[in-house]
Amino acid sequence: MAADTQVQQDERVRAESFATKLMKKPELGAIGGVILVTLFFLFTADSAMFTLSGIMNFMTPAAQLGILGIAAAMLMIGGEFDLSIGSMVAFAGMVFGVFTVNLGLPLVVAIPLTMAFAAGIGAVNGSIVLKTGLPSFIVTLAGLFILRGASLVGLKIFTGGSTQLRGVRDAVEGDWLAPIFSGEAFGGLFTWLASMGLVETFKNGTPKVPGIPVEILWFIAIALVATYILLRTPAGNWIFATGGDSNAAKNSGVPVRKVKISLFMLTACAAALVAIITVIDAGSTDARRGFMKEFEAIITAVIGGCLLTGGYGSAIGAFFGAIIFGMVTIGLTYTDFDQDWFQIFLGGMLLLAVVFNNVIRKRVTGER
Amino acid sequence: MSADSKFHHGDVPADAKPIIHMEEIKKNFGNVIALNGVTFDVTPGECHCLLGDNGAGKSTFIKTMSGVHKPSSGQIFFEGTPMSFDSPREAMEAGIATVFQDLAMIPLMSVTRNFFMGREPTKGRGIARRFDLDRANEITMEEMRKMGINLRAPDQAVGTLSGGERQTVAIARAVYFGAKVLILDEPTSALGVRQTSNVLSTIDRVRKQGVGVVFISHNVRHALAVGDRFTVLNRGQTLGTARRGEIEASELQDLMAGGQELAQLEGSLGGTV
Repeated sequence: MAADTQVQQDERVRAESFATKLMKKPELGAIGGVILVTLFFLFTADSAMFTLSGIMNFMTPAAQLGILGIAAAMLMIGGEFDLSIGSMVAFAGMVFGVFTVNLGLPLVVAIPLTMAFAAGIGAVNGSIVLKTGLPSFIVTLAGLFILRGASLVGLKIFTGGSTQLRGVRDAVEGDWLAPIFSGEAFGGLFTWLASMGLVETFKNGTPKVPGIPVEILWFIAIALVATYILLRTPAGNWIFATGGDSNAAKNSGVPVRKVKISLFMLTACAAALVAIITVIDAGSTDARRGFMKEFEAIITAVIGGCLLTGGYGSAIGAFFGAIIFGMVTIGLTYTDFDQDWFQIFLGGMLLLAVVFNNVIRKRVTGER
Repeated sequence: MSADSKFHHGDVPADAKPIIHMEEIKKNFGNVIALNGVTFDVTPGECHCLLGDNGAGKSTFIKTMSGVHKPSSGQIFFEGTPMSFDSPREAMEAGIATVFQDLAMIPLMSVTRNFFMGREPTKGRGIARRFDLDRANEITMEEMRKMGINLRAPDQAVGTLSGGERQTVAIARAVYFGAKVLILDEPTSALGVRQTSNVLSTIDRVRKQGVGVVFISHNVRHALAVGDRFTVLNRGQTLGTARRGEIEASELQDLMAGGQELAQLEGSLGGTV
């Protein structure tokens, strides 16, 4: 069959060069960005940045943001925004704290309940957007304030006046589920590597990096699963179709409502996961958790190649977008630059990504 | 007049049973009478053209046929039995496919992804159930080739196709998913000469496969090129049905405009209509 199609090529359509094919991959910009940022820090930063412990250092915040960014990217491909995810991190953190500390529930109950709580709020967000037909931007902007306020008020109620809820570490200590959501994985492997002299160790022989922080593993796993869903399942096709033109999708039999509500639930659950991981890690939760994360997640998605209009983007792109983010935030501390350059860099990167994506979209659709 | 032409090959057997028969369809929107007793049928392998000027009721009529509207009165027979479709989906499942002017295509997505949108073939089971892209690509290439279009690649975005090619993708998709009746809403209205001829030959191909085609148009020449029968709609009523070879373009044109009006028009336009 392949040979057959070769013969019947339309002479008016020029064969695509490898470069053009590459250009059509939505994640191209983000991968290029990672290379550029890496080069930049190779020249300017202290060499400690690219040691194993340095890499773990910037990958941890990248992973926490990336989990949100990938979910935000999927929602954006589906044609909607969720500005409430940052506040959702604080809110889910509070809910989780109350479940574990105040109610003393084991993680096996507390985690699913927190997730269900978040998913419920996500579903409400989605339903409001679909019922009213208002832009999700404005509906979830309301959610941003409501959830942030609810976290503040709620924390004061549950702690008797404080905006910080302590004691999570004691509450989850020894819980069999805790290692999946906190600490480092593959500790044994790293100890073994240290004993073989393959990784850096402290003077007493313990490895400098005790293991891979679990959030990095979650981050990688979520990126892989999201990419698989988007590119290789009917649901993925529905997400692209819904974001591309929800009316056309509906007419072709795509369950547009279900797709959108599920995506809102997904972003809320991603926020809850980040909340659970960071709260266990810190041992406490406070109302400022996840502050501004909604914008950072959207920036991650856009750097990853998502179009603001929906219907185009990639989870792998958001994965690399988050890594760029982590490298820059942490990387600047290894250089002589003032750390506050970070925000300027971020804005510049966003602008560049949007312009670049726009050009790519025109290429893909053959628009002139 | 010879029945065969560039876009018309072979006749429909005279005794063929209609797939869909619409009897005395009336449709009111409040106090506006959009359809006032329209009777229309399509047999397998036939291209029945529905002609009419803007506002004649063509759109209302096809929306009634495709399940978007319910008729205020009148009956719909599908393969001989009375039917009432509650939604476009039900009509689609019965085998009535409509290609509306917006085509239900997403420019940013590939031809394959558009072709199978909402009806993706899968392989594997349970959690491993996944979109069978290889098969989908193969089918898309094959179906498009049948319609006379050679895609560069099945992952080519629909946005890069021409208007005629997009129309053909939409038609091929409907036929592949088992359409018995294919309703085409002004498929040639926005196309150039060459693309129009591609779409017309696509209609001829589809017709030969035994699908009943309802071709809505206000272009008499396009209709005459492919049609087996011609029904003219004016002010919500049918002005009669003619067979291929029994009617001339000028007569159809006259009917569409409602006879006397065109006589006046022609005077003012100097015979350019």
